[in-house]
Amino acid sequence: MFISKQVNAVAIAAVTLVAFSGAAAARDQIRIVGSSTVYPFTTAVAEQFGKAGGKTPIVESTGTGGGMKIFCEGVGVDKADATNASRRIKKSEFELCAKNGVTDIVELKVGIDGLTIAHAKGGKPVALTRKQVFQALAEQVPDKDGKLVANPYQKWSDIDASLPDVKIEVLGPPPTSGTRDSFHELFMEKGAEGFDSLKALKKADEANKTKDFEKVWKSVRKDGAYVEAGENDNVIVQKLEGNKNAFGIFGFSFLEENASKIEGVSIEGVEPTYENISAGKYKGARDLFVYVKKQHVGVVTGLDKFVAEYVSEKAMGEDGYLTTKGLVALPKEEAEKVRASALALQPLDGALIN
Amino acid sequence: MTDITATPMLPKRVRFDSEEMVARVKRRYRSERLFKSLGGAALLLTAVFVVTVLLDIIYKGLPAFTQHHLVLDVPVRADVIDPKGTKNPEDLRSADYFALMRDALATAVPGIEGRVEKKRLNGILSSGAGNELRDRVLADPSIIGTTVKVPLLLSDDSDIYLKGKQTRVTEIPARGTAVPSATKGEITITSSGTEFADDVAVLKKAIVNRIAELKSRLTIVETRDPQAAEATSLKDEIAALEAHSSQPASAETLDSKMPSLLVAINGGLVKLSSISDSSATGTALLPLQSTNEAAPGKWSVVTYDKPESNRKTGDLEAAVLEKLRADGKVENKFNTIFFTHGDSRDAELAGILGSLVGSVLMLIVTIALALPFGVLAAVYLEEFAPKNKFTNLIEININNLAAVPSIVFGLLGLAVFLNFFGLPRSAPLVGGLVLALLVLPTIIIAARASMRAVPPSIKEAALGVGASHQQAIFHHVLPLATPGIMTGTIIGMAHALGETAPLLMIGMLAFIVDVPQGFTDPATALPAQIYIWSDLPEQAFEAKTAAAIMVLLGVLLLMNGLAIWLRSKFERRW
Repeated sequence: MFISKQVNAVAIAAVTLVAFSGAAAARDQIRIVGSSTVYPFTTAVAEQFGKAGGKTPIVESTGTGGGMKIFCEGVGVDKADATNASRRIKKSEFELCAKNGVTDIVELKVGIDGLTIAHAKGGKPVALTRKQVFQALAEQVPDKDGKLVANPYQKWSDIDASLPDVKIEVLGPPPTSGTRDSFHELFMEKGAEGFDSLKALKKADEANKTKDFEKVWKSVRKDGAYVEAGENDNVIVQKLEGNKNAFGIFGFSFLEENASKIEGVSIEGVEPTYENISAGKYKGARDLFVYVKKQHVGVVTGLDKFVAEYVSEKAMGEDGYLTTKGLVALPKEEAEKVRASALALQPLDGALIN
Repeated sequence: MTDITATPMLPKRVRFDSEEMVARVKRRYRSERLFKSLGGAALLLTAVFVVTVLLDIIYKGLPAFTQHHLVLDVPVRADVIDPKGTKNPEDLRSADYFALMRDALATAVPGIEGRVEKKRLNGILSSGAGNELRDRVLADPSIIGTTVKVPLLLSDDSDIYLKGKQTRVTEIPARGTAVPSATKGEITITSSGTEFADDVAVLKKAIVNRIAELKSRLTIVETRDPQAAEATSLKDEIAALEAHSSQPASAETLDSKMPSLLVAINGGLVKLSSISDSSATGTALLPLQSTNEAAPGKWSVVTYDKPESNRKTGDLEAAVLEKLRADGKVENKFNTIFFTHGDSRDAELAGILGSLVGSVLMLIVTIALALPFGVLAAVYLEEFAPKNKFTNLIEININNLAAVPSIVFGLLGLAVFLNFFGLPRSAPLVGGLVLALLVLPTIIIAARASMRAVPPSIKEAALGVGASHQQAIFHHVLPLATPGIMTGTIIGMAHALGETAPLLMIGMLAFIVDVPQGFTDPATALPAQIYIWSDLPEQAFEAKTAAAIMVLLGVLLLMNGLAIWLRSKFERRW
């Protein structure tokens, strides 16, 4: 009996080896990696694409940075065809791609996502400015004389008397998240620029090639006012329901889906609504991207058709199925431009990236 | 240290009834009682936590096991699904079955006009509503041209609405006689009674609250920047509301931020936009059959408690669903899709079969590799390996390996299996390989422990009658140790089944619609599926997540039950 077990083990090893060798065949299924923010939209397109007769693409959720790494690994049937990104590709990533032979990248700007600050329904409506958000969450803030000091604010009312008299408590994404990067760029950097002393610091940085200003807006206070609540936005929503005084940071689609539980905070007097974000009035909005390897078109079956499906009116248009999934559509003119360049598979010009 | 003291203890009289002794005994009992009660309390606390978690999951997950359908008579029109009349399966598969469903729905809910309204009406159906009919037609093309009763899958939002998670609906029969002015479009209903007086009072109160709310907002805005555009618009809004509430006799207007008021009359439904004490104006959601007078008790005022802006299901959809439910056309059936389909971005079409099969395939690879290697390694280390520094080092490392965080195995899998051997991403084969590495130490440790538990006399007896060392081990010790090895293996497998972290690195945290057919097909696993669903914004996925957790727990329970059963059936005590 136990001899036969040993024989089994050998047989299994042999089978495994056969499977090893059979793995490198050609591919008819598109592989996409990248941002968890764009994941709900790309999967919706993938499913539609699959229903229309193609093989449903595989979409992995790896985060924007992780996706770029996999995407830039190189060209070939065992490499990813596209990556989702909740921000634009960085110069360093573009160079990494080029180094590994990924030279022709097609950029699809697929829509807009509003980054919202929200609190549980039923509380008093709150209006914030980006400057106040910076004051509430930065590790170092300028004092009256413009000197940087450790953040002294404990309550919202310490920042501005009109704000509620409750402890500052904001739940948000961890540093690995693309949403966190966007939060820093959209809220913290712009908020920091509201101070004259920091503006001067930024100018000095440009002159001396230092990065002191960046350090200020990229650091979040660590004394418990900002709580890293994990990548899962649903968890933040649940925590907000339990804690009426806390605020949460997440994408607009979560605000829209959970409209019965939470409500958005207006930023600079503009409420985070679909119309305001689409029109560009709401300041906390960012563009979402999908990057496609042009070199894979024609090699991987259906990649060009997938791109066409993504930029089609019925997907990313104003009444498209992506808007029902929570995506904010691009303004008409811009959408036309994106569509034209995507259908022509126009590669990205490296000189335009910073 | 085993020396027995040379000087024997002098016999000393112990008085058990001395006060000191009694106190000491009391103290001992007290300490034991304390320990027992603390242990009991700890157990109770654990039980409370476990029960809370389980109840929460079951409460959230149970709704996902049922799904609402519309059961309608659908004419299977040949001109829509088989215009060429060939009955060719290829053509039949790609035909537009949803169009038939749209028509059937329009027949069941007549009189809805306008492009937007029609779109909203069709929105209550799932995009996969036609799948059931398609399968039936493909199975039996002879039903083309007939009318069949088929269940139409409803969308996730409609399903949640029908499960009663959205708003409370109250219906109050009216006391007066009402006359509607038209059957569709803008309708004014005049009543001989004062049906709407209570609602007007409620609205007035709501307006007062709203003014207070706006004023506090205005203070906030003004302290920051008195010239802000928002401040001006707020001031205008407050002024308008105040002017309005100062005229007590005027009609009140309703908007989407207040509870929805509707009037059910003459077979139709009117959504009110403004009301006064005895008359109301609104638009017809469902058209009325006539403009006849409605007697008291024959018409009613319906309230949807939650304001429309706070719900996913709008008033029109809610009205249609309520009507269909009243007509007996809605059925709540067991959700077979959940167990027979792969992932989908539409919650009502998403199932766990793909991830379940992925998990099973992975476990097959895992057990095929980990069990023989683990048991043979254990046999060698326990019985044949020379005891020296080198084997000691191996032993220590095996024990350490059992405590290595699982994500490390994922990184190893990425570096070795994917990048070096070039195996495909997202394949159950790679997942199984990684998990085999993960459970190998567990199996080795369990196998060694159970072999050590076999009394040495058995091995010695075998050796005594002339068996070789190998024969003694394989014919006698190992069979007796099998139940223990099996238990260890199954618990290791259960551990492997619940792992997500290593799968993340090898691309199994992915959106994969097709159910995997083999070891190299792209697949995901149950815990990965749970993680993916928990991150999606749609509310219906919350229930799906909990339901998938229930399935995972069920499988784990089954595996652990098997381990216990095996142990009790085959275990031998000496």
